[in-house]
Amino acid sequence: MSDIRELYQEVIFDHYRRPHNRHDVDHASHTAVGYNPLCGDRVKLALRIENGIVTEVGFDGEGCAIATASASMMTDLVKGKTLEEAEQLIERFQGMVTGDPEAAQRDTESLGKTRILAGVRDYPARVKCATLAWHTLSAALHGRKEHEE
Amino acid sequence: MKRIDLEREDLVRVWRRDFPILDTRPNGKPLVYLDNAATTQKPYSVIETESDYYRNTNSNVHRGVHWLAERATEAYERSRATVAQFINAADPSEIVFVRGTTEAINLVANSFARPRLQPGDEIVVSAIEHHSNIVPWQLACEHTGAALKVVPVDDTGTLDMRAFEALLGPRTQLVALAHVSNALGTVNPVKKLIDIAHRHGIPVLLDGAQAVAHMPVDVRSLDCDFYAFSGHKLYGPTGIGVLYGKAKWLDSMPPWQGGGDMIRTVSFEKTTYNELPWKFEAGTPNIAGAIALAAAIDYVGSLGFAAIEAGEHALLEHATGELQNVDGVRLIGTAAEKSGILSFVVDGIHAHDVGSILSDAGVAVRAGHHCAMPAMARFNVPATVRASLALYNTHEEIDALVKGLARVKELFGS
Repeated sequence: MSDIRELYQEVIFDHYRRPHNRHDVDHASHTAVGYNPLCGDRVKLALRIENGIVTEVGFDGEGCAIATASASMMTDLVKGKTLEEAEQLIERFQGMVTGDPEAAQRDTESLGKTRILAGVRDYPARVKCATLAWHTLSAALHGRKEHEE
Repeated sequence: MKRIDLEREDLVRVWRRDFPILDTRPNGKPLVYLDNAATTQKPYSVIETESDYYRNTNSNVHRGVHWLAERATEAYERSRATVAQFINAADPSEIVFVRGTTEAINLVANSFARPRLQPGDEIVVSAIEHHSNIVPWQLACEHTGAALKVVPVDDTGTLDMRAFEALLGPRTQLVALAHVSNALGTVNPVKKLIDIAHRHGIPVLLDGAQAVAHMPVDVRSLDCDFYAFSGHKLYGPTGIGVLYGKAKWLDSMPPWQGGGDMIRTVSFEKTTYNELPWKFEAGTPNIAGAIALAAAIDYVGSLGFAAIEAGEHALLEHATGELQNVDGVRLIGTAAEKSGILSFVVDGIHAHDVGSILSDAGVAVRAGHHCAMPAMARFNVPATVRASLALYNTHEEIDALVKGLARVKELFGS
């Protein structure tokens, strides 16, 4: 098992202490709430999608450092992306934190900063913390109001 | 005083040698196992008894006439007698082997509660129960139109005795309470609670999962009607547990699973059931588990509860003091009567983050809601970190926990 500091890097703490995009979204077109009953983590996500592009995104909720940092970085990443790109990112992120490392390394470039969460692979009990915001995004894009890990 | 403590620590060091897994080194660091409320580790005698059974005794029970079958049956039934003696049941026939506490409670919910419950009847539980002492009753209530009533606890996690008595009424059919709370460590005054319930003519089930490994239990002196516990929290194997029930209740209850071993005669017109306790043991039971559970009971008996309790109590006091000294740590569950369970939260840091970082330091604790979500809600926390003690834990291990917490806070910069 790798050192815990590979997962808990300073960037994670930065996003945990000062999350990006933690705000309401005016005229949101897509919203969903994600919940992990196992640890009580909750992410409320709102997006404004105009002409197939995510023009605004914000979140709120409570969670551990991994879940909060993941939501913060995810919202940074999908802002400005097309729906198709967003869907692709969801799939790639999921692959990165659960799939085999080689496949994950090949096509994660587009995942940008969120790649720092790849280390969660070594902590299976924590994978859901990292994916909560992403699965909630998927729920919102597909018109589901709730997601439960 | 100090000298006695040292002797105690020496004793614990000797006991530790009985548990091979304690030599494991996760990440190259010594294992500090403080998740004993989830499951305890197993001594050699238990591990060897189980593998010995498969090597020398394995056979089905109550069926064959051959030598091995008789040997297995005899060992299985001897284990039942060991359990009966362990909790001072009047007779081994009052001991039903089940998979664990959960199955024991479900058995009572299905065979005792359901047939008795009428719409408007009530079952009384407490605010700090494990889900396994909530959900089976909810299912029984849903099925019958009965209602669940909840005894509140105060801010220390102590049961409100006055509210308890006030909840008991003519519609109360059963009281189901934890002997020791798994989420907070509160030891409920079960003798008193049972006396009060009995004064109202109400039977009582105790969930003893967190009690039996840590204190002597005497079901006859308690006069409880049902007592449930798991083998694996008592240094025994998983998949074996016990339901104790007074013979008068068990006799009056219908079987809850049908199959082999629980019958006397079967025809398509009418089936008659076996005697107690086999009426409740349909199918081939966990024979090896039952025999190894008896080995666990023998092991605990060889150390003696006086020594085990003294050691765990001293350690609980030490750990409580140490944790209270850590800035930002708040203990959840501070009842006057507590068993070796320390539930706590760290300011601004989620329990799962604490658990993962402690794990990296070799310290195994539980982080989460401990299958007691209503208890978490009562204290307004989503989750806690829980360190739970067993007979083999040392002062050094508590120090490792405290050191681990310092590292958590350092990483989080708080």
